[in-house]
This record gives sequence, C-alpha cells and structure tokens, in this order.
Amino acid sequence: MESYIGKIKEISERLLNDGTVECVVGFRKGTVALTNEPCMITKASDVKDLVWDSNCRLNLANYLTGRKEKIAVIAKGCDSRNIVNHIIENKISREQLVIIGVPCKGMVDKNNPESLQSNCATCTHRNPVIYDELCGELVEEQTDVDKYEDVRAVEAMETQEKWAFFEELLSGCTRCYACKNACPLCYCPTCFVDESQPQWIGKGTDPIDVRTYHFLRAYHCAGRCTDCGACEAACPQNIKVRQFTKKLEKDCNELYGWEAGLTVDQRPPLDSFKLDDPDKFIM
Amino acid sequence: MKVIKIDKKTWAGGINSLRSGYRLIGPVVKGDAHDFAELASDEAPDMAFGNTRLSPKSVIFPQSEPMFTYSLDESDPEHHILKDSTKDYSPRAVIGMRPCDAKAISLVRMNFDTPDYRDPYWMDAYDATTFVGLACDNPCTTCFCTSAGCGPYHEEGLDVLLSDCGDAYEAKALTEKGEKLLAAAGWDAEGDVSIFEPKKADAEAKITCTVETGNLRGKNSLDLYDAPFWKELSFACINCGTCTYTCPTCWCFDIQDENKGKEGVRMRNWDSCMTSLFTMHGSGHNPRTEKHQRFRQRFMHKLKYFVDKYDKGLMCVGCGRCVQQCPANIDIRTICNKMNGYEAAS
Repeated sequence: MESYIGKIKEISERLLNDGTVECVVGFRKGTVALTNEPCMITKASDVKDLVWDSNCRLNLANYLTGRKEKIAVIAKGCDSRNIVNHIIENKISREQLVIIGVPCKGMVDKNNPESLQSNCATCTHRNPVIYDELCGELVEEQTDVDKYEDVRAVEAMETQEKWAFFEELLSGCTRCYACKNACPLCYCPTCFVDESQPQWIGKGTDPIDVRTYHFLRAYHCAGRCTDCGACEAACPQNIKVRQFTKKLEKDCNELYGWEAGLTVDQRPPLDSFKLDDPDKFIM
Repeated sequence: MKVIKIDKKTWAGGINSLRSGYRLIGPVVKGDAHDFAELASDEAPDMAFGNTRLSPKSVIFPQSEPMFTYSLDESDPEHHILKDSTKDYSPRAVIGMRPCDAKAISLVRMNFDTPDYRDPYWMDAYDATTFVGLACDNPCTTCFCTSAGCGPYHEEGLDVLLSDCGDAYEAKALTEKGEKLLAAAGWDAEGDVSIFEPKKADAEAKITCTVETGNLRGKNSLDLYDAPFWKELSFACINCGTCTYTCPTCWCFDIQDENKGKEGVRMRNWDSCMTSLFTMHGSGHNPRTEKHQRFRQRFMHKLKYFVDKYDKGLMCVGCGRCVQQCPANIDIRTICNKMNGYEAAS
C-alpha cells in the first residue's frame, strides 16, 4: 500500500497547483511508532509531508464535517462510505470534494502490529465506493469472511451472561469520548451526553451512566456505521466498542438488507419509511 | 537517610504485613495493560511494568467522588442540608508508582493546598497516603522526564524510592512516613546507598527524547496565545479527554448534583478542558467554541500559565502517556518545542 503515496502526492500537488482545491486532507508521519497524524495540506510545497501506509486508522471523513472550502480528501473504502454518509446527511457537499480513492488492504492493529485490525480482516468494501481520482488498481474484495461471529456469540448468551459481558467490556471506560469524537457519525452540535437542560446522563463513572452512553451512542449509529474501526483505534483503553455498533450493523443488514454508505441515492432505513418495513421488533 | 535492602524472598511477606495497617494500592494487570488498583487481600503488586496506562492520581483524586449527600424530601426536617459523604481516610500506601507520577502529585498539590485554601478531599487523601516509588531502569521510548524537571530516580513527592536490583530492592526512605512503612513491613536489613547514583545515571542516559523549555518563561503570553500555529497543530485533535484523563498533572473537575427520587449526592468528577462543555457559561455563552481554542488552552496552561504562576517548571512531568495514547498523535513534545522556539513578528 506504501506504493500509493507517489500517486497521492502527484494528484495532491496537481489539485493544489491548478487551484481545483484549497487543501488536501490526508495523513503525515506520526511521532510515535505505528501512528500517523491526520493533517491538512494547503501548499503544494508541503505535499511531500503526506504519507500513506497501514497506520492510517482514523477516518478522514471526520475531518470534513461542516467545512466550507474545496477539499481533496484521501479516502480508503470505509472513509469513502462515511463521505457518502456525510453527503446524504448534508455535512459536506459532493461539489466541494475531490475524493482521492485508495484501494485498501487493511490497517494494522496498533496493539498487535502482526495482525490487521479486526474490522479490516473482515472488510468487504476495501475499495472506495465513490472517488474522483484513484491511486492504484482496485483490490479484490473479500467474500468468504464471517463478519459477525463475535456478535452471534453475544446474541447466544443468556440475559445475565450478556450483562456480565457488557459490564466487563466497559469496565475500563473513562468517558474520555475518544470513540465518539473519532467517529465521523458523531457530529451533533451538542451530544446528548453534554446536554444540561435536561441532563440525560450523569457525568461520572457510575456503570449505569457509562452503559447509557455507549448504548445510546451505538443506537444513534444504527444504519449509518460503516465499521471503519476508528472508535476502537482511538480508544486509549482498548475497549471493543464495535461490539455494539456491529450488532446494529448486522440487524440493519438482516432487517433491511442495508449496508451504510454505499450510495448517495438512497436514504438510510432508519431515516425513511416504507409500508413493508419489518416491525416485529416493535413491542 | 536510611537505605534498606529488601530481599525479594521477603517481599511478599512484607507486603502482607503492611495490610493490617494500610490499604494497599499497586500496579495490576487490567486487560492488556497495567493500572493502579486497590490490591485484594491475597494480591501482590505486579512490579514488572513500563508505565501504567492511567497514572495513580485517582488514588488521591478519584475520577468520581461523592462530596455530600442530601435529601429533597420536605417532610425530612433536614431536607436540603448538605451532609458530608462518608469517607475512608485510613492510612493507605501506593506501592510501585513511578517517580514521574509522584512528582506530578506534588505539582497538583499546589492547586489543592494553597495559603488561602485547602481542598479537604484531596488533602485528606494525600495526608493518608504513603508513596512508595519504583525507579525506572527501563524508561519507555516516549519518556521525556529528564527535560521536564523530573527523572527516572527523581525523589520529589515520594516517601520511599525502590530500585530493583535483581534479587532485592534497595529502598531509600525519604521521609518519616516512608521509614514507618518499611518498619511496618518488617524490612530492616541494611542497604547500599551507593547503587543509586550509578543506576540513576544509567537510567537517565536511556532517555533520549527531550523537550526545549528554557525560553517559555520569558515569552509574552499574548504572543504565544496569538501565535499562528494553533490551528495547524490542532487540526488532527479530536477534542477527546484522553490526554487530560491520562495526564498525572491534570486536576480540573466539575461538580454535579445527582438525584434519584428524593435523595441526592453532590459529586465531583474529572473534567477536561478539551470539551466545549468545560467552558459553557450559564448564560449560554461559550468563550471556547473552537477546537483550536481548547487545544491552545491545554498547552498554554501546562507550558506557560503554570510556568509563570508558580515558577516551578512545567505542569508536565514527561511521563509520555498523552503521547502514547492520543488517538490523533498530538505530541506535547512537538507543541512544547514549537512554543519554546516561537518568535513573534515585531
């Protein structure tokens, strides 16, 4: 994947030089091992700072929210799907963007550099779904992967066992909100956790408040989450927060045949109504 | 200053002896990292760690701490009267904290123990605690303590400093509290003070990353505040609380009333200047609505305002946790060097 960088630089330089865009959103080399830093390049002479390798974990769609300028953005498969979400949800307009697509073979796990991140290992949309420029040959999509093995294991648990599992899962959470802040979906001007009139949720480490935060956040991502893994990559406590979003991703797939962020032409299922929508889950 | 040799064969026994007089807190494995936690009655501190994921600041300053309880039931003659929450300030000891974390506690004390004001919760917990440090013979690659006014054998804030010498710890008692703890553990073999200087020099030599800080105090605050680099440096920042919560010197808190039915608890919780809510006024006005403003505040506080106010160096001990854990690779070393080297255009 490192070979893409030459092309990324070439395209970025051209777009900045001819005035097509005002800036390029990409990654520059990080100061610690296995980490790169999202950056915004505004001068063609700084294009040399751009890097692309298996440590570009954060989702760059998160850096586009509400911006007004003309932007070139480097997008692997999941970033491109969140860009689609952003376009549907009016967080950026398609006309503002030049999407530099990067076919992706996965990001490495920051805690276990011998392996891919678990979302990447089972990713079925490695190629960007929307792009204006492409940095390399499209890669073969994985078809024989089981994305939901871990979700099914939780589904099969008894109620008490599930509680114990979630309690253990969230026991290290400090409410730093890295998961939601790294997530391109979490752009509400005031998150429900920050509302004070009325206040929906306590601010401390009471397990009820911690769970409320994670459960509500996950539900807010239903039908929108692309399983990009930025939340888990960001979590300083290495909490597997995708356990929640993946369950909802699976439900949306099973109930509505829906995968988020594949097309700008269709509203997500929880954002639209059809007479034949499934309703068995309504009490 | 007394130096005691603790043969590791007597370590577990000594720790057990301490349990009758102290609540023990030490490094334990939690998930995939070490963190400080109260040790169970049969649990020993796990001293084989680089640095813990969170600092032990929560031993003195818990993330969520009840201050008062109250009743909202108007038939209760004492309704709406704040009553002190029950607290346990019996003696406790932190075993195996790194010298940087101990120095951090002495920096934080400047905020909670001033000539005008003594924070009772922080200070009562502090007074109840004996701090037993473990010198760092193998610092992490992100450690920059030696240029942040600290070091792998720094003694400030500690009651005892342990140095791991293979089969034994050499324990330097730095305060009376420390001597008392060593005696309570039954460790009394005479130690060898001469090992400390060469081991300290070896450990310091292993720390290769540094920050430049010499010019910070001389800089004009407004020049730094208005410096053109804040937006660029903060671009990647996602404004989460990772850096503030993991930082041993971040002391900000928020006070919240939590009611359930007619009962309530007034809590104080860690807060983070990285969040917009931190500066939200009751009027709805918010002086720090932009990401770069919050980012600037954090670094200006640590590397300029604190430096100017107390003249005790940085509000940073170089533990490197924020550098390691920041999801977006915001690196305080880079910011510090940038601030230190900044010359405002005249």
